[in-house]
Amino acid sequence: MQEIFNIFIKSIFIDNMVFAYFLGMCSYLAVSKTVDTSFGLGLAVTFVLGITVPVDYLLNEYVLKAGALAWLDPEFAGVDLSFLSFILFIAIIASMVQLVEMVVEKYSPALYASLGIFLPLIAVNCAILGGSLFMQEREYQNLAQATSFGLGSGVGFFLAIIGIAAIREKIRYSNVPPALRGLGITFIITGLMGIAFMSFLGIKL
Amino acid sequence: MSTEKKEREPLFSAKNLRLIKEPLGANNPITVQVLGICSALAVTAKLKPAIVMSISVIVVLAVSNVIISLLRNGLPPRIRIIVQLVVIATMVILVDQVLKAFVYDVSKQLSVFVGLIITNCIIMGRLEAFAMGNKPWPAFLDGIGNALGYGIILVIVAFFRELLGSGTVFGLQIVPEGFYDFGYQNNGLMILPPMALITVGVIIWVQRYRNRELIEEN
Repeated sequence: MQEIFNIFIKSIFIDNMVFAYFLGMCSYLAVSKTVDTSFGLGLAVTFVLGITVPVDYLLNEYVLKAGALAWLDPEFAGVDLSFLSFILFIAIIASMVQLVEMVVEKYSPALYASLGIFLPLIAVNCAILGGSLFMQEREYQNLAQATSFGLGSGVGFFLAIIGIAAIREKIRYSNVPPALRGLGITFIITGLMGIAFMSFLGIKL
Repeated sequence: MSTEKKEREPLFSAKNLRLIKEPLGANNPITVQVLGICSALAVTAKLKPAIVMSISVIVVLAVSNVIISLLRNGLPPRIRIIVQLVVIATMVILVDQVLKAFVYDVSKQLSVFVGLIITNCIIMGRLEAFAMGNKPWPAFLDGIGNALGYGIILVIVAFFRELLGSGTVFGLQIVPEGFYDFGYQNNGLMILPPMALITVGVIIWVQRYRNRELIEEN
């Protein structure tokens, strides 16, 4: 139990998707102009990461890993399909996003209205595929650990995008050098936020 | 019968050359179009992985641009995203296997970022914006141009981070040993991830200072 909680905290603060690995930067920069929209995107990313990482974990564990097919027939114990993982992960992500979109539209129109346009965008968000690939690389022990890693990474992205959006709303009133306006200053602020998040590095969990 | 012959455009006409030149400067994918930032920053602590990454992106983008451009007339618009993803993913798997076979140590350093070329927005963006509406040859040049524009930023960032952070370029010692005796220190901060963002921020600053047209409203 404690291990699961540790992974959750670690993926939010120490291995933050945005500040430590620069994943999901494209949508992070494009959608962070106001707090409202970034709230929607952050929620959608957390939601989708919480679903796709466990599904990809099962796929990796029972189909792709070296010897994973042994449950089908002992003959397959030598088969290693891990070279297929990119294409299968992206297929799972694209179809899960589609599925989530349909389910949300059916059962929660209010949530759909707020997530609406962001869901399809998420299929090509690096943070989602990155979550699955990191899950594969770090070899989590069981499904619960993988789920907590997925959710934690989502929450980390959520915090980062809310933070930058709030700062960008304020910075509109400051006197930024003309050449640095817009993209340039956003990069530098993100860098400074990254340095702030690095203070969590010393924590051993 | 009309007398005028349809003139064949020369392979390197001015229009085609512009496809390569523009992304290097005024229409750079990273600093102007804001595409493909994710992988650009994470691999730039040293020059070697940055160059390997740039070459991989050049190969993937040029080849998938040509494939999509060949398929463009027979491709139903509804399923185009899936087809594009499959083409990109196939190319990335090929590149990944080649890297694992020939430069295993760099491939280990790049870790998941080779896989993340699939979701690199530059590739999807160029396929969608250019390859879907142009012939294979211009699409090939556009792919090369945009990937070079991406690579050039990677190399600049990696050069400064490696020089200031480790005192080396390509693993060769550049800062003379004598400097260290006088108290010169490598700036360890440059190796850390946040400095990649700040370096790109400064590159954007310099570029926009020299090219006033690019300045944005707040």
